[in-house]
Amino acid sequence: MDKLLHVSGSPHVHSDESVKKIMWSVVLALVPAFLVSVYYFGLPVIILTLVSIGCCVGFEYLIQRFMLHQKPTVDDGSAVVTGLLLAFNVPSNLPIWIMVIGALVAIGIAKMPFGGLGHNPFNPAIVARVTLLIAFPVQMTSWPVPTPLWSFHFADAVTGPTTLGLIKEGGDLTQLPTYANMLIGQMGGSFGEVSAIALLIGAGFLLWKRIITWHIPVSFIATVLIIAGIFHLVNPEVYVNPMIHLLAGGLILGACFMATDMVTSPTSPWGMIVFGCGCGLLTIIIRLFGAYPEGVSFSILLMNAVVPLINKGFKPKQFAH
Amino acid sequence: MSNSKLNILTKGFFKENPTLILVLGCCPTLAVTTSVTNALGMGMATTFVLLMSNMLISALKNVIPDKVRIPSYIVIIATFVSMIDLLIQGFLPSLSASLGVFIPLIVVNCIVLGRAEAFANKNSVFDSLLDGLGMGIGFTIALTLIGAIREILGSGSIMGFQFIPAEYHILIFVLAPGAFLVFGFVMAAVRYIVNKSEEKKKQKEA
Repeated sequence: MDKLLHVSGSPHVHSDESVKKIMWSVVLALVPAFLVSVYYFGLPVIILTLVSIGCCVGFEYLIQRFMLHQKPTVDDGSAVVTGLLLAFNVPSNLPIWIMVIGALVAIGIAKMPFGGLGHNPFNPAIVARVTLLIAFPVQMTSWPVPTPLWSFHFADAVTGPTTLGLIKEGGDLTQLPTYANMLIGQMGGSFGEVSAIALLIGAGFLLWKRIITWHIPVSFIATVLIIAGIFHLVNPEVYVNPMIHLLAGGLILGACFMATDMVTSPTSPWGMIVFGCGCGLLTIIIRLFGAYPEGVSFSILLMNAVVPLINKGFKPKQFAH
Repeated sequence: MSNSKLNILTKGFFKENPTLILVLGCCPTLAVTTSVTNALGMGMATTFVLLMSNMLISALKNVIPDKVRIPSYIVIIATFVSMIDLLIQGFLPSLSASLGVFIPLIVVNCIVLGRAEAFANKNSVFDSLLDGLGMGIGFTIALTLIGAIREILGSGSIMGFQFIPAEYHILIFVLAPGAFLVFGFVMAAVRYIVNKSEEKKKQKEA
């Protein structure tokens, strides 16, 4: 008899879920999007991703080992997810030293000072992305034009505006990528956000594994689509089709992978819906009227800040009350 | 100078640093520390006001009625602030331009009023002088430290002398979020050092 019998109070039903399992499933779910970006942006994607993950894990290990004097817990994979998501949120021609600073911000400012995994009020990857965007506005907004792997562009990649950037600057709207291209990922942008289809495959996997629930992604994306749709119906010449708002920019990446972070999102279903709608509302306000072309990361950060309030407002009913 | 007098002077430097330990005067700390020059200017102006107002309030502590002491303090402080404001405008017009409204705002700086209320109205003129000087120096140290970090990282220069090329500047440190970040980390570091030295002192006594 090698199985120990537990004698304990309730709950008696255990799941074999663990932090480790969840984190590695998220990593697995992000692999399709990673492969698509390697195909379109080439070697820099691999280097930046490895640097980002390596630095996040390394900084977490060093901080836990030498500053907090506790047993390092980097094998839970949370730092790997942070590193991967952070790398997905930068343009592929970003200098490597900026990537290192980003990893330091994510782990050293957004995560460990608050007490590590489970205690950080803000999503570390988004904090780092927003910090980099404000700190290095030039390097963070020069987007290489995707060139498929077999076209062998060894010269410096050509840079061009993102779809949303083009709309914001009132550029020539006939230059917008086609829906098909936006769906598979042939457009300028942060390298993990370009391929809608690969991200949706990953999100479907997480939904199937029940690591995320539908509430946040659906309410987030639906809010953006509905408000963008209303504006498009009122004045189609100024406000573009809501499909562009769905496929361009980081909406799918943000809604499925970053807003759903278990630590920084509400716990109850209704709370999640309020959270998702708030994210969507802020995103579309920033996209249509703000100074920045993209607002997904800002909106998630702002809504992260009110999560404790949402949790207070939508307490799950106690059993047998 | 006896040990206790020296203690009154030096406690403001680190152990009871007005910005980093007592967390007073956050507004100028966050606003004017974009460069070392600004930070030093602000620190010295505040030190002057602290020194003079502490002395005068201490000298007048038996004359000022208790019920109207706060307005009286404000009048005294405002007098010295107007003096230093006009002096800076006259002799250092560029500093006056970059510090702007924050010099007149020393009137409502809680360090100055805090020292008047907590120290000067209970202690002798000489002790108040030492306290004002110590607190002022502590404030200047804190501001200069934060200003130096923000200037080096944000604009790659120190006292206006640039030594890091422009593409390596981290813009966020010149902006408000950078001020909060640096303030927090400097506060944490100084508290860590102060706590460590206190512990050592206790161990020695024990």
